[in-house]
Amino acid sequence: MHPDREAYLVNRNVLSRRVLAGVALAALALTGCASNDNSTEPGSNSGGDSAYANLSGELKASGASFPDAYYQEVIEAFKGEAGKVTVTYNATGSGTGKKQFGEGLVDFAGTDSLVKDTDGVAAGSFLYVPTVAAPITISYNLQGVDKLQLSPETLAKIFQTDIKTWDDAAIKADNPGVTLPSTPIVVAHRSDGSGTTSNFTKYLDAAAAGTWKLGSGDTVNWPASTQGGEKNTGVAQIVQQTNGAVGYVDLSDAKATGLKFAAIKNKDGQFVEPTIEGTTAGLEGAEIAADLSYNPLNAAGATSYPITAPTFIIVKTSYGDAAKADLVKGFLTYLLNDGQDLAKEIDFAPLPASLKEKALAQVDKIQG
Amino acid sequence: MTLTNKPPTARSTLSQRGSSALGDRVFSWWTLGTGLLVLAILGLILITTVREAWPAFDAMGLRFLTERTWDPNPAAGDAIFGALSFAFGTAISSLIALLFAVPVSVGIALFLTELAPRRLRGPAVTVIDLLAAVPSVVFGLWGILVVAPAMVPVYQWLHDVFGGIPVLGSIFGPVSSGRNFMTAGLILAIMVTPIITSITREVFSTVPRADKDAALALGATRWEMIRGAVFPHSFGGVVGAVMLGLGRAMGETIAVALVIGGATNITANLFAPGNSMAAVIVQQFGESTGTFTAALIGLGVVLFAMTVLINVLAQTVVRRAEARMKGSVA
Repeated sequence: MHPDREAYLVNRNVLSRRVLAGVALAALALTGCASNDNSTEPGSNSGGDSAYANLSGELKASGASFPDAYYQEVIEAFKGEAGKVTVTYNATGSGTGKKQFGEGLVDFAGTDSLVKDTDGVAAGSFLYVPTVAAPITISYNLQGVDKLQLSPETLAKIFQTDIKTWDDAAIKADNPGVTLPSTPIVVAHRSDGSGTTSNFTKYLDAAAAGTWKLGSGDTVNWPASTQGGEKNTGVAQIVQQTNGAVGYVDLSDAKATGLKFAAIKNKDGQFVEPTIEGTTAGLEGAEIAADLSYNPLNAAGATSYPITAPTFIIVKTSYGDAAKADLVKGFLTYLLNDGQDLAKEIDFAPLPASLKEKALAQVDKIQG
Repeated sequence: MTLTNKPPTARSTLSQRGSSALGDRVFSWWTLGTGLLVLAILGLILITTVREAWPAFDAMGLRFLTERTWDPNPAAGDAIFGALSFAFGTAISSLIALLFAVPVSVGIALFLTELAPRRLRGPAVTVIDLLAAVPSVVFGLWGILVVAPAMVPVYQWLHDVFGGIPVLGSIFGPVSSGRNFMTAGLILAIMVTPIITSITREVFSTVPRADKDAALALGATRWEMIRGAVFPHSFGGVVGAVMLGLGRAMGETIAVALVIGGATNITANLFAPGNSMAAVIVQQFGESTGTFTAALIGLGVVLFAMTVLINVLAQTVVRRAEARMKGSVA
């Protein structure tokens, strides 16, 4: 079984219990409503239910695998609110998602990267809706070292194998007072094309400009002596199995594998550990463009964790079908309101309030 | 064709012959059609893949085959797509696989046809066929979770023992983790063993009883009988079996993608990570666009060409060797 898939199934088990509880609550609320039929204003809690309960139909989506766990949680929870709506999200990867969206095969697509000319999506025909973000950890496995701090320049040198052992002067300079062994460094990276690689290398491009020479993208030309792993779990496994290994892994997989993460020096010169709070702080510090594309990498702010991956859903500006547009709007409104509360438990960072408002305004622009 | 000469005899025979002549005609068209269908499918696959891969071939020219760099998103300049590193990975991992799988498979097949007690044959064959039924992703997961970590001390020991010797030292080089050409080769060896075993077993069982009895009657030991009667008679078939195994090894995707290490690398060191063509396609296709996609399809074309080339080569070898071996021994 696919590792991501497995994680998802585990999540789902946790979830189904929650959904059951939710259904039970909803049932209570319904019986409550039935007993006093003439009440015109239902309680504020059950008010949300009726907003989605009238929707019915099917939504198909595909795209980025990075937010897949979160989207599946939201879809499951949404079932409890809108029983007549079926939403499916296939984690095909951002590239395929955008391609399918451009061909009209799916109603919306998830993507970690912005739309390029070669993606097959016409400019002006779509809107970005930011949904959630997550920190990318620098996970490491080094016997005897439990706390590690890295500056962007050191990080760049490690990942392009300019630094070959853990007791290198540059690493020592970042970690005063820590005894570092002379273990050789094993760099682990993604072997599959990945938005995580893209965000990580973009971060190094921005934060370690002049030092980082490998460029940025879904796939970069890693030095021959590095190791590639399939998906986040593959990289996490290499780090877990190899003393001296270091790799970039999303927070939920790094936690699930029990890895240690380094604190990274942010733009304000502070060493910050990857946490949900640090990530949301990073989102607040990010500059947000008019089309809501934004870049939280290397964001300002003393508590910002600098390596944060944003992710978007792209929707059509106009669906030419009022019912379909309502469905998309309904699902995304749910995701941006109640759905945001589900993020933290599975190690995704919810959007800060300001960005959430903008995202909701963006959803309102969708036309039938 | 003989279908046309219907002899003008009695009506009953006429009608009978008529119907069987129709059967013959249908049969011959059917077989001709299916035969041509295979060629047509192969041709169409080749045409469409080459067409899809054309933007990459056009951009890279012959460098697509000779360049070892694979950089879809370079820091500066155009993307570089070179298949050489991955072709090397495909070749070396398949070679390791055959190196381990062929002696084992031939051994098992000989045991089953010549030595094993009749009661044991059935169950043994079933077990080997079961091995072929295990999905490749299971082999891959077993590879990264069990084999790779377990083999690290073995690799380390080999490196410590042979590391100082000139040529062997570079083959058994430094070990970083268990994901490398060697582990990929070992996993592939296990995956191709059932194929090679079951075909060689069939081939060995077609050796005429008379040939074997004759050898034994002349005073040959069992091994001499196998060498003198079984091997020459079945050489072509065994090579065919090995080729089928090689085809599976070269085309194997997910198991190799999981254990080979995912690095763009050409090195003599079998304990270094690398990558194979099929693995790269499955890893990178999802997030690729434009010329990058074309380049990945181009890898498929190269793999296809390599497989065809090796098969043609094998057939030539078999034809020559068979003529010689049969001539000399018989």
